[in-house]
Parts: sequence; C-alpha cells; structure tokens
Amino acid sequence: METIYALAIGVLTGSGVWLLLRPRTFQVIVGLSLLSYAVNLFIFGMGRLLIGGAPIIETLSKADPALYDDPVPQALVLTAIVIGFATTALFLVVLLASRGLTGNDHVDGSGPEA
Amino acid sequence: MSLAWIVLLPFAGSLCAAFLPSHARNAAAGLVDVVAVICVILVVLHYPQMAAGEVVRQSLQWAPGLGLEITFRLDGFAWLFAMLVTVMGALVALYARYYMAPQDPVPRFFSFFLAFMGAMLGVVLSGNLIQLVMFWEMTSLTSFMLIAYWYHRDDARRGARMALTITAAGGLCLLAAVLILGHIAGSYDLDVVLRSGDLVRGHSWYLAVLVLIALGALTKSAQFPFHFWLPHAMAAPTPVSVYLHSATMVKAGVFLLVRLWPVLSGTEAWFWIIGSAGLCSLVLGAYAAVFQRDMKGVLAYSTISHLGLITLLLGLNSSLALIAAIFHIMNHATFKASLFMAAGMVDHETGTRDLSRLSGLRRAMPITATLAAVGAASMAGVPLFNGFLSKEMFFTETVFVSGNLVTRLGLPIMAVIWGTLSVAYSLRFILQVFFGPPTHDLPRQPHEPPRWMLFPSALLVASCLVVGVFPAETVGPYLDMAASSVMGENMPSHSLAVWHGLNLPLAMSLVAMVAGTVLYRALGKYQQGATVVPIINRFDGKHLFEFYLQKMDVFARRLLRWLSTERLQVQVLLLIGAVFASALIPLSSGGLPPGDKPVTPIEPAFALIWLVGAFCAVGAATQAKYHRLAALSLSGAAGLATCMTFVWFSAPDLALTQLIVEVVTLVLLLLGLRWLPRRYKSVDDNIVPLQARVRAQTRRLRDLGLAIIAGSGMAALSYSVLTRQAGEGISPFFIENSLSLAGGSNVVNVILVDFRGFDTMGEITVVGIVALTVFALLRRFRPAIESMGLPVQQREQNGETGVSPRDSHALLPEGPMMLPAVIVQLLLPVSGMVAMFFLLRGHNEPGGGFVAGLVVATAVILQYLVGGTAWAESRTRIYPHYWIATGLLCAVGAGVSAWAAGRPFLSAVAGDVKLPVIGAMHLSTVLLFDLGVFLLVVGAAVLILVALAHQSRRGHRRHGTGHIEAEGAISHAARTSATAVGAAVPDHTAAAPAPVPAAVMAHIPPAVPGATVPAMARPDKDS
Repeated sequence: METIYALAIGVLTGSGVWLLLRPRTFQVIVGLSLLSYAVNLFIFGMGRLLIGGAPIIETLSKADPALYDDPVPQALVLTAIVIGFATTALFLVVLLASRGLTGNDHVDGSGPEA
Repeated sequence: MSLAWIVLLPFAGSLCAAFLPSHARNAAAGLVDVVAVICVILVVLHYPQMAAGEVVRQSLQWAPGLGLEITFRLDGFAWLFAMLVTVMGALVALYARYYMAPQDPVPRFFSFFLAFMGAMLGVVLSGNLIQLVMFWEMTSLTSFMLIAYWYHRDDARRGARMALTITAAGGLCLLAAVLILGHIAGSYDLDVVLRSGDLVRGHSWYLAVLVLIALGALTKSAQFPFHFWLPHAMAAPTPVSVYLHSATMVKAGVFLLVRLWPVLSGTEAWFWIIGSAGLCSLVLGAYAAVFQRDMKGVLAYSTISHLGLITLLLGLNSSLALIAAIFHIMNHATFKASLFMAAGMVDHETGTRDLSRLSGLRRAMPITATLAAVGAASMAGVPLFNGFLSKEMFFTETVFVSGNLVTRLGLPIMAVIWGTLSVAYSLRFILQVFFGPPTHDLPRQPHEPPRWMLFPSALLVASCLVVGVFPAETVGPYLDMAASSVMGENMPSHSLAVWHGLNLPLAMSLVAMVAGTVLYRALGKYQQGATVVPIINRFDGKHLFEFYLQKMDVFARRLLRWLSTERLQVQVLLLIGAVFASALIPLSSGGLPPGDKPVTPIEPAFALIWLVGAFCAVGAATQAKYHRLAALSLSGAAGLATCMTFVWFSAPDLALTQLIVEVVTLVLLLLGLRWLPRRYKSVDDNIVPLQARVRAQTRRLRDLGLAIIAGSGMAALSYSVLTRQAGEGISPFFIENSLSLAGGSNVVNVILVDFRGFDTMGEITVVGIVALTVFALLRRFRPAIESMGLPVQQREQNGETGVSPRDSHALLPEGPMMLPAVIVQLLLPVSGMVAMFFLLRGHNEPGGGFVAGLVVATAVILQYLVGGTAWAESRTRIYPHYWIATGLLCAVGAGVSAWAAGRPFLSAVAGDVKLPVIGAMHLSTVLLFDLGVFLLVVGAAVLILVALAHQSRRGHRRHGTGHIEAEGAISHAARTSATAVGAAVPDHTAAAPAPVPAAVMAHIPPAVPGATVPAMARPDKDS
C-alpha cells in the first residue's frame, strides 16, 4: 500500500508541476489543485498509514495512542483543504480579472505560445 | 528632576502640534515656546550640579539582554549645548510665528520643529552611543521634512533629498563607528567609552573608527568634501535655516567631535583627517561666500567656513584649541542666527534676497540694519564683538602650532586669508543691502518688521556685544565648566579678555581687516555680475551628486532587469528548481534507503482506485489547455481518489471535508469557465509559425523532464517516510487527553476547536478575508468583450423554447429546469438538517463546523445552478456578509467567555443545563466556537459562489441593453444609471468596444444579497 500511496503522490505532483509551468492561467489553476492533493496526501502520510484506526475514542480506557491514526496531520490537512478552497477562489477571480484587463489568458498578460 | 522629560517633552509637544487646525499660527508657535521655555527651565535647574562638576545620569531598561539601555547623561558640555538648543528653539519659534505666511499650514512646521528639538536634545543628552545614533538619524529625518516644508517647490524637494542622502549616509557610517567603538570599549555606555581613550587609540581598528566617525561628523557639519548640501538646504523656510542650519543641527557634527575628543584625539591621524577637512572648509567656504548673490547663500557658505574653523581647532590636538572651539560654537550660533533672521526679515519685507537687487534699505529698515550690522561685525571678527574673541584664540593657536615648516607657516597664512575673506563678505553683506542708494524696483515696499519679530534677533545681537565686551564675567564660568567636563583634570589655564596686549594674533587681525576692506573695494564691480564662484565652480558638488545618483539609479534598474524577471513561468521554474536543489543537498551524503517499518499488504481495490486516479491526474494535465471541462472533471476524479484514500486510512473527517470541498470547487471553477477565451487546437497550430512551435516543443520537453523529476522525487521521499517508524510527537497527548480533558471523542475536531482553537480562529479569519476580497474584486469585474454575450448553449436553449428561462417572478423557473428546481428547493431544508447533524455531533463523531458549513453552501449554490441566477437572487434569504460577521463574533465570543470564568482566552467552559422536554444537556463554549466556524464557512463559501454566479447576469444585461428586467435585488437608482449609460452609447459592440463596457459595468451592482446597493449606484464614479 505504501508503494501505491507514494506513487499516487508522485503522479499528482508530476501532473501538478507540469501544469504550473504552463502559460495559460486555467492550466495553472488546475495544476495548483492537483498539487494541493499531492501535498495534502503527503502531510497526511506523515502520520503513517493505518487502516481501521480513525481517531475517535469511545471510552477512556481505550485512549491508547497505538490504537489510532495520528490526529495532528489530519487536523492540519483539514484546515488546508478549506484554505485551499478559499485560495482557489481568490486565484480564479484574479485570473478572470486579468483576463478581462489584458484581453488574453496568459499568466503574464501576454507572451509566446507554449 | 528628570532628564528624560527634557527630551520627551518636545516629542509630546510635536504630537500635540500635529493635531492643531491648519491656520493656528499663534497656538502652534505658543505651544513651541511653552515647551522650549519649560525645557530651558529644566536645563537651568541642573546648573548647580554642573557647576560642581557632577555628571547627572538617568537610565531606563531597554534591551538588557543586549546590554542596551536608554541612558540620559548631562555634563557641563552637554548642559551648555542643551541651553543652546532650547534657548534658540524658543527664540526661533517666536521669530517663525511672524515669518510664516498665514496661508502656510503651520502645525506641520511646528510639529516637525518640535520633533527636531527633541531629537537634537536626545543627541546632546544621550549617555549611550547607539541611542545617540538613533537621535542623530532622527535629526536628519526631521531636517528633511523641514527643508521640504514647501514641497511644491522643486528646489526644496531636491535640497531636502540631497541633505537627507548625505547626512543619513553619514549617520550609517557613524553607526558602524559606534558599533566598533562599543566593541573595543566593551560597552556602549558613553562614560565607559570616554574612560577607554588609551585602549581605543592603541587598538588596531582605531583608524577605521576615526574615519567612520569623521564621515559621520563631517557630513552632518557640512564640511569639505560634503559641504555642498548646506547651500541647497537654504530652500527651507528661514527659521529652519536659523535653527537647524546655523545654530544647532550642523553643530551636531562638531558636538560629536568634542564629545569623543578624549577618546579619539591626540594622534597624527586625527590631526590630518579632522584638521585638513576643517582647513579646506574654512578657506573654500569663505572664498565661495564672497561670490554669492543670495543673502542666505552668503550665510550658508560662511557657516561652512565657520564650522571649518571649529573643526580645524578640534583637529589641532591642543586643549586651548578645544576651549576656543567650544567658545566659537556658542559665538557662531549667536551671530549667525541673528544674521539669518535679518536675511529672513529682508526677504519677508522686500520679497527678495538677491544682493544685486537690494540696496539702501537702512532708511526703510533702520533697526534691522543695525542688528544685521552688529551681527556681521561679529562674523567678520571686529574687536568688541564676541566673534573677535574666538577668532583671536584661533589665530593664537595657528601661531603656536607645532610641526614642520609647512604647517607652522601655512596655517597662520591660511588663517589670515580666511580672515580677509570673512571681512570682505561681511562688508558686502551689510553695505550692499543696507547702504548705498535706495532701490524702488523691489517686489514689496520695504518697512520695519513687527516688533516681536525683531526681538529674538535683538536679544542675540545684544548678547554678541555683552560677551564681546565682558567675556570673562559673562560666559567665562560656563565655558570653563563645559571644557573641564570634556577634558577632566587636564584643563589648562586660560584667560578670556578683550585685550591681550600687542601680539602677533592682533597684528594678523589688523592685516585681515585692512586686506578684507581692500578686497571688497577691488571686487566691487565684479561681484555685482558674478553668477558663479570663479575657479572652484567646476567642482560643483551638487552636479556630481546628482550625476552619481542618476548613475546609481540606472545601474540598479539594469541590475534588477538582469537579475529578476516579471514572467511567472520563469519564476515558477526557478522556484521548483530551487526546492529540488535544496531537497537534494541533505540527500547527497548517501541517499535515503527504505526504512524498517513493515509494509501494509497491497489491496487490489486500492490499487485500482489509484490506477484511475493517476490516469485522471495525467489526463487533467494534458487536457487543461484545449478541453477545460474535461480537465476539470478529470481533476475532480483525482480529488475523489484522494478522498477515498482518506477513508481508507482512517481519516473520516478529511474524507467528508474533501468530498464537499471537491463539489464546491468544481462548481466554482465551472462558474469561471464562461469568462475564459475559447481555444482550439487546430486554430493554434495554424497561426503559430513553425520556428515558434519548435521552441515551444523544446520548452515542453524541459518542463516534462522537470515534472517527472519532481514527481519521482516526491514519490521516493514519501515512500521512505512511510516505511519508517514515526518519531515521538505531540499526538499521544491529544489522544490521551481528548476525552478526559476536552470531553470529545473525535480527536481531530477536538484539536481544531479546543486544543488549537486559536489556530482555527486565525484560519477562519483568513477564509472570511478571502471571501470579502473575492467580492470586492468582482464588484469592478470587467469581462473580455467576446465573453459578454450569451453563451451559445443559452442562446440555443432560448431559441428552442421561445421563452427566457429567467422570468424571476415565476414561482418556479419555466422550461426544462422546472422539475429539478422543485427537487432542489426541497433539498434546502434537508441540507440544513444534515448540516445541523454534522455540526452537533462533530465533537464526538466525524463532522464539525467546516463540513456543516460547506453542506449548506452547496445547497444554496444548487438553487443558482438549477433555478438560474436571476430567479435565485430574486428570492434570496441569505446575507453572506452577516453570516461571516456573526461567525467571527461567535468564535471570538466563545473565546472571550472563558474570561468570565477567570480562565485564559479560548479555554472551554462547559456545564450541564436542564432544559424542559429535552432534559439534561451538556453544553460547552466549544460548541459556540464550532457554530462560529459553521456560520463563517457558510457565509464565505456562499459569498464567493454567489458573487461569481452573479457575473453571468452582468454579461447578459450587457448583451441585451434594451430590455432590463425588473429584478428585486437591484435598486431603482442603479437600474436607471445603467440604462442611462447604455442608452447614451447605443452601438457599442462593433465600433469602439473597449471603454464602453467598462463604463457600463461600473454601474451595474452585483446583486449579491445584502450588498449595499446605494453605494454602487453613484453614476459619477468611474464613468
């Protein structure tokens, strides 16, 4: 499973980086969202992978850290997902404004095709 | 009596003066005078201690860990200087009250004036070297503001900039010097440094300290070769010239040299560096003063010359010369200030300061003429005036200087030449302006200035006379006190007297006076027409300064162009490259082998999920250019794979949030798609030339390589982390205490709303700000021309059904969307219930405010999607701004309520409440906090989505200018203005499309519910 998980992060990162380097604003926004999946998975992975150990404690006697998945990366990723939505929205609006002002959708407002 | 008050009072006064009404000349000047007089009294009260030879100190802790404290220190010399600063301040403020025109905004002037006074007193009273540099730079800054007071004048701005550049650069040198000095002495405390003179002089860094201190002092005192800023600083109002550029600020440089005299002087290097700078300024300043046409120009160059005299005296390494220097600091301040005041009065009353135009003013302005004549006599060094005394002391020092023949002969000769030139320019200053035939072509009819404007000048002139006649009785004790506080035990005996018998210095004085008169007569004709200073005009510091400033500007711009780029792609490339390189460095020592943690066996279903996920990710990457909708769907599918991974590996909260965010993000991007230009692969391939295509292919290959490297790097890194045992972190604490301390089973939620509630509060604030930013940006959204019309699909749809689906009055949207609309409307209350469910159980089960908020937002945006924007907006009940505000208030309220229980901010306060029907209930402020998160997330998400959705109406309205439908959310006024603009420009699609939509758009308010429509309906704005 670790192999698949790592490969998934790799593929998402690769696709995201490729899109980040593209000249069209829409490509960059899709690239950012792919890259944020990769980063979220990476942060989540820092707590290691555990199946069937959701950090929900039923009784006090069961409050043993070994039984549960690490909750700290989960809390970090949860806020990251919400913030990610907000920044995507902001980027989209800036993108649209730039498109309206410059008349094209190049990341620099104008430039060579690629 | 507190020393700190002497420094703080002017700053406090400055703050008060800044808030006075702009024409309160009397109040502002009165405030300055009151502050100055109080400061004078505070300083005078210290006299008994000073006379007894004591040093008064007062320390406040500043950064004790760094050995820094704010120390105020008053000794005899500082006392004399503080008196000079405060008394002059009081006199100049009185003068300025009459000098400034009624239309000048005087509070600004007096505010900076007081700030300068405070800074100058800070320099004088500092007992710590770092602190001294701080106040030193503050004097440069306030001086800048005062020179540029009439900032509409180009010469004022240029002069101010030049003065600031040079004095502030000198200040930086001084800071470096002080740091080295403190390092050598082991402390920045002035007393410690003053005691370690031998240590400093013997240190190998002595020369560096000396050169840096000299740079600081010489720039401040306008000494050669940095003298050129002072004449240009004369663009300041005359009171500023009086106070800063003759009496106090320019004296800060020589003040520092005197202050550090016990530490630095007594060496050959001191003699050559300080002495030669002083000598050059002395002679060149006097020479240039002879040829000035501007009265203030004469005085400025004369100031350079007289400061050169003080610097030269200090450079001579003789204790008697030091006494003469301190004496001349005082004398120069009195006569030069009175002369500047006279120049200001002539300017004020006649409207000009041009020596070639002024003549015979003594009839119209007899008192001014007398005062100026006495001041000029003192400046020229005529017996019975105070200038004569210090000049004689200077001549004596030059005669008795030791050294080789060149110095022994050269210095007295230079001194006589200086004396001659001084007499010449002083004579010209008086005879030209006040004597000779009266002129009548002056801008104003001259008459005597008001009495209180004359008073400060008269007082100074009187003191010139009294000191000149009875030196030993008047200033003797103060001078001794000041000099002995600098020199300590080694104070030589000296006598202040007008008559020392017939000796060589007196003979030199007489020669200078005769020669000066002859020179004035000889130059008479030539001077009248002179516009430049002969010989040395080629070495104009101002031109050099501006030349190099411009060169530096050009160089900086070139460097910037060479080192940086505005192109995003290059920046991202560099960023990724840098990240990769910095990740490689720790790995270079031997790589990262797989760890020892046992690997979880592969499950085919998970492998399949990610097979699809990887396919979708790569698909999104390849399709994003030409098939945006496909790319969005594929990227969403990759997101779903991520979401399922969260489920798989025990993160239900993440999965929930990710799922809903995925939906909301998809809707958001879909809403944005409409405004992007169409792009067809076939078209692109045809229009781009072959060469460019080859270049683009190369670039793609390079990026592909980088993407593969980045991807495999991340994969390898993840793998090696995942196969290692986790280190001991903070997580066990949360798991162990979540239930017992916070009373919640869901650890992730407990971390978010309780343990790390402060982080979450910051986060929701950011989300709220982003939402408002998006809203604000969209208010002035200007879409591209070609995306203005209705999309093809909508046009086709309208064509088929024959009716517009946007009849906002209908109970349900007509057309094919009627049925879905019914379902979606039913969904709204259901989604509210689901949200409440998630919110309330969040503390113990997967859920929480974030998820609940996004659920509601999704339900709201569904109404838009299905019912159409116009229809949904006409019956909206949600006001996102209020939700954001209420959410934040709830969160803060939950945090603050802990105070009521006497606990720190954001601590959870819980208790059991008995409710009727329901029974006992456990309530906690944590729930209130989570409610705040919920409200804010609803508000922010809805605000973003709705603001974006509304833009489609903007395009539609623009398209059909003629028929604007009645819409509930838009005020009548806004509609009228939009119609008016639209009607005024009937054909705007073909001819001149660009500016018109902008004008039209500016008047169409986004009908976001709750938006303040009247504010946006101002037709005058942006049109």
